[in-house]
Amino acid sequence: MPDARERILGRLRAVKPHAFTPSDFSIVETKTWSPAARLERLRTAMAAVRTEFLDAAAHDWPETVRAFLVAQGARNVAYGPATEAGRLLAAACTRAGAPALVPYDRPIEDLKATLFDDVDAGFTAVRCAIADTGTLVLWPSPEEPRLLSLVPPLHVALLSAATIRDTLLSVLRDEGWAKGLPPNVVLVSGPSKTADIEQTLAYGVHGPKRLVVVLV
Amino acid sequence: MSAETGSTDFHASSSKALLDPSLRANFRRAMDGLMAKRAAQFPDPVEWDALRTLAASIRARTLAKLPALLEALEARCTANGIRVHWAETVDDANEIVLGILRARGAARLVKGKSMVSEEMHLNDFLEKNGVESLESDLGEYIIQLDGETPSHIIMPAIHKSRQQIARLFGEKIRGAEYTEDVDALTATARRVLRRKFFEAEAGVSGVNIAVAETGTLVLVENEGNGRMSTHVPPVHIALMGIEKVVEKLEDVAPILTVLTRSATGQPVSTYLNLISGPRGPGEKDGPGEVHLVILDNGRSRIFADQEVAATLRCIRCGACMNYCPVYTRVGGHAYEAVYPGPIGSILTPQTEGLAKRHDLPHASSLCHACVEVCPVKIPITQILVTLRKESAHASPEFLVKGAGGGRDRLEDLAWWGWRMAHVSPLLYKAMSLGLRVFGPLLKGGAGPLKAWTQARTMPRRAPRTLHDLASEKGLPDA
Repeated sequence: MPDARERILGRLRAVKPHAFTPSDFSIVETKTWSPAARLERLRTAMAAVRTEFLDAAAHDWPETVRAFLVAQGARNVAYGPATEAGRLLAAACTRAGAPALVPYDRPIEDLKATLFDDVDAGFTAVRCAIADTGTLVLWPSPEEPRLLSLVPPLHVALLSAATIRDTLLSVLRDEGWAKGLPPNVVLVSGPSKTADIEQTLAYGVHGPKRLVVVLV
Repeated sequence: MSAETGSTDFHASSSKALLDPSLRANFRRAMDGLMAKRAAQFPDPVEWDALRTLAASIRARTLAKLPALLEALEARCTANGIRVHWAETVDDANEIVLGILRARGAARLVKGKSMVSEEMHLNDFLEKNGVESLESDLGEYIIQLDGETPSHIIMPAIHKSRQQIARLFGEKIRGAEYTEDVDALTATARRVLRRKFFEAEAGVSGVNIAVAETGTLVLVENEGNGRMSTHVPPVHIALMGIEKVVEKLEDVAPILTVLTRSATGQPVSTYLNLISGPRGPGEKDGPGEVHLVILDNGRSRIFADQEVAATLRCIRCGACMNYCPVYTRVGGHAYEAVYPGPIGSILTPQTEGLAKRHDLPHASSLCHACVEVCPVKIPITQILVTLRKESAHASPEFLVKGAGGGRDRLEDLAWWGWRMAHVSPLLYKAMSLGLRVFGPLLKGGAGPLKAWTQARTMPRRAPRTLHDLASEKGLPDA
């Protein structure tokens, strides 16, 4: 007796193939902006959904981040110690008055309680960004785990302005995403939000309450 | 729902809903807001037309290649380490989910929003089998607390006012005080559900788009509960209908832009979660197991009939209900179906059968608003008319379940008489004479005119027929 898979596929294969016309992507492909306009568009779109921006110089962004975290009263900040950005941040946070860094260097099973209950902020880098919709592309990895950008109430994301692209389509084509993706890629366009009660916008429902983009 | 036949009566349930002023106010306010936000997202009609043409072509291409794409999806997912399961019916799908949970000894589950899980009545099934199945989308959480079902596919608690939610939280959540402040209510849900995410032994989600080319499951959300449900627990079970696949990764981009703009008037959702496998080598988090359950539940039957197969293009944005004058006035529950509104009125009769659900194709004024806003160009009104026709008289080539099940002998007789009177001049004259003599005796609100005059004024007859007037002018009788 054929199994469910065979029966479902069998029914679908028995039908004369439906007609279709090729897809014309030009309406999406033609969306492009100058680098300056891309940055402006990204900032406007993300600020409209309550993303905060922290402008920093390329050589001393770790100090900018450290000062910001101190000003926010962050005590414990989770980060990926094996990334380049993580190493630079750690170097800036060695002096007195810096928040304690929590290295996310072991399986979640060993860090879960700390991450859920004690960590005030998570720090990640951003792979690239999308001007069209005001979106950060996060690329979780063994060095920068998935939950860094999700569980802590404050997410600090390091974005290089040079990596801002036009559209999702241009990013996934130019980077060859179709050849294969890591287990998880997340596109983030603001802090967590909901409008499930009377269409009233409320921020910080399950994910981070605040998203701060450090722009270099 | 009638206990004897299992058939529903939209007319009766909608009449009841119309008498509920707070329900009507809640829907009116919400739908006005959603329509305004969507309209603001598509200011350029040329762009809108090009975008929906593109999105429709992508979905049509999916259907044209459906069996091959499902096989490719399965192969890619399997290569990525995702375990793929096939379910013909909702019962099979429920058993598959339960089997996965039992194998892991998981008794606590958190759920991201999934309409397929609503089709399965998964929560009820799991509760009966000793598994706590908790909704984590705020709207879904609210209605689960109140023992209700969603009244909208995107905004499940849209029928509730903040006062009703405040009372519900005050009564049902320990430590929650009555407050109408939306931020405070949201914070309460965050507090409760954080613990649940922490403790959960498995997570369930839907799938907005599955990409055959890369074996990727795309999840769209704003709250972060979808990411919590799919990344924190050790097991993730994703549920999808067979139609949710697309061919290429680049197909995702246009679908997403029309989806979020049509659904909630957002240029993009807060999170776009692309899942292509379980926790990878060296990864510190993410579920060790990812399962994909592919559900048919009547969809392959819809697929077989080309006249109605466009139903399967749907990307579940909900714009058709936001714009529907019927839905806005009666709300989602009046449809007594998992999917309400125009899309539900074409989908439900096809999955559950016309014998049971022949009321739903009539739950529309055929005003065409749904067709104008559909981002994948589903000819909803055309399918509604087809279903009405096939519900009364099944044509032999029509494949939808229960065709002919809405047949009414008295109605047939009346139409037969009407037709006869219009093909025979003699009968037509007899009918005119009859109406002239007996017409004035017919009272609205009773007898054969009752259904018509319930919501309309009684038609007034002209004192003289067109025939009389024409012969008076000396026009020859044809």
